Amino acid sequence: MNKQIYLDYAATTPVDKRVLEAMVPYFDKNFGNPSSIHSFGALAREAVEKGRETAGRLIGADASGVVFTSGATESNNLMVKGVFRAIRSLKKYQGRRLHFITTKIEHHCVLDSFAALAEDYPDEFEATYLDVDSDGLVDPSVLAEQVKDTTVLVSVMLVNNEVGSVQPLKEIANLLEPIKRGRGKDDLPLYLHSDATQAPSYFDCNMNELGLDAITLSAHKIYGPKGVGLLGIRKGVLLKGIQHGGGQERHMRSGTLNVPGIVGLSKALELAQTERKENREKVGELRDLLIALIEKEIPDARLNGSRTHRSPNNVNMSFKGVEGEGLVLMLDQAGVAVSTGSACSAENLAPSHVQLAIGNDHLTAHSSIRMSLGKYTTKDDVEYTVAQLKLFVEKLRGISRGIDPVPAKADSKC
Amino acid sequence: MVYSKKVMEHFMQPHNMGTIEDADGIGEEGNPVCGDIMKIFIKVEKKGSEEIISDIKFQTLGCGSAIATSSMVTDLAKGKTIAEAEKITRGDIANELDGLPPEKMHCSNLAADALKKAIEDYRSKRNL
Repeated sequence: MNKQIYLDYAATTPVDKRVLEAMVPYFDKNFGNPSSIHSFGALAREAVEKGRETAGRLIGADASGVVFTSGATESNNLMVKGVFRAIRSLKKYQGRRLHFITTKIEHHCVLDSFAALAEDYPDEFEATYLDVDSDGLVDPSVLAEQVKDTTVLVSVMLVNNEVGSVQPLKEIANLLEPIKRGRGKDDLPLYLHSDATQAPSYFDCNMNELGLDAITLSAHKIYGPKGVGLLGIRKGVLLKGIQHGGGQERHMRSGTLNVPGIVGLSKALELAQTERKENREKVGELRDLLIALIEKEIPDARLNGSRTHRSPNNVNMSFKGVEGEGLVLMLDQAGVAVSTGSACSAENLAPSHVQLAIGNDHLTAHSSIRMSLGKYTTKDDVEYTVAQLKLFVEKLRGISRGIDPVPAKADSKC
Repeated sequence: MVYSKKVMEHFMQPHNMGTIEDADGIGEEGNPVCGDIMKIFIKVEKKGSEEIISDIKFQTLGCGSAIATSSMVTDLAKGKTIAEAEKITRGDIANELDGLPPEKMHCSNLAADALKKAIEDYRSKRNL
């Protein structure tokens, strides 16, 4: 096995050499704790604050609106639970049942944060989960209709990690704007948050441009290091920390700051911005080539998600008569790394909530794989992948030939 | 999730794949929710008082372990008497494959059940 082709950039990305170079001095030479008052601390603090300013500028937040975290999971937990904590702690809002809105295709860190609040505070928390259409898109007017006087948070991801659908965030923001303006001084606030983890390499993540009050970002999806991310919040957003200790990040996120990580994150965000146009075009062309070649070469292949409102790096396809995991394993043997479109969680092999939300039946969901491209993907990579894919789809269809499955009953479980 | 070398061998080069046109018994097991469905075909030969599985084939729509367990059950059952083959358990198949990931034990290890159904099918046809 000589070939090594990585088509799983939505899972994680290699660190860009320029990002790594920027980080290195902060591991050993400038290793100080930014909270210390001596010169070692000052050097580290300077790096963190420079990173904070850069990140703030790129996402359209004040430097004080950048809360560094361990990644998108933490940022989303902090946003959902932190807003809930902050609002219910204020006297004037007490006794209200707070309403949160999100979509059925969010990452588990958003959905499970909602579920945790619903479990812990059944009388104080209420959630609405919005449907998406077969393209994986939310209808902004349906969303707006769901907003009540008690709605405080609307959380909609910018780019879906599985099927790559790109939500009409700006349209949603525009519909929420008059509702926000209509709320008085003693009414509850209404925030629009977006998990934009998959977005910065291809989409502008400026909160002002998108009409957001808060945004979640992660470094390792944009050629930065793992274990660092941020929650950007507009001035005035009520947020209370969920992790307690030294009171770092203006008490919104205790814990010694990940200095090299923060330096890496801000560098990665900067590169994403300067190289966005180029990456969007280059990667988008390869995505279109990959889809076109698969549709030309392999019968009964179906694209999941939207053709038009789609991230330039995402291809998610179902192959009839094939199970996704088998395909992933075979491609891996041929040096091509992709992921199952329907992620298997540890204790449950049921298809992903995203696949079911876009209306796929269980077998179509199980027959999907996700190929996510990145800035190092080449035309050769795409062509080799399709050739291997064709071979393995045929092989697996040979093994399953004659199986004519009946659709699952609505209530059956895995 | 990491599969054993043996699972990967059986998955990449499955044994006894296909159908038997004049099968004496056919068994199907699976659940589309989990994404794994398999079909086992058996041919039975009588030698004296013994009924021996002289040929066995499978078709499987499913993940790596579903295909590997299908392949393994055909290896284990081939040449055995019906009574012996019936005793093959999920555990036996997993052991012969040097283990399966725990989450795969439940829904992707249906080969023993499909074989039992094929044997039942053979018996019900024979009793007609």
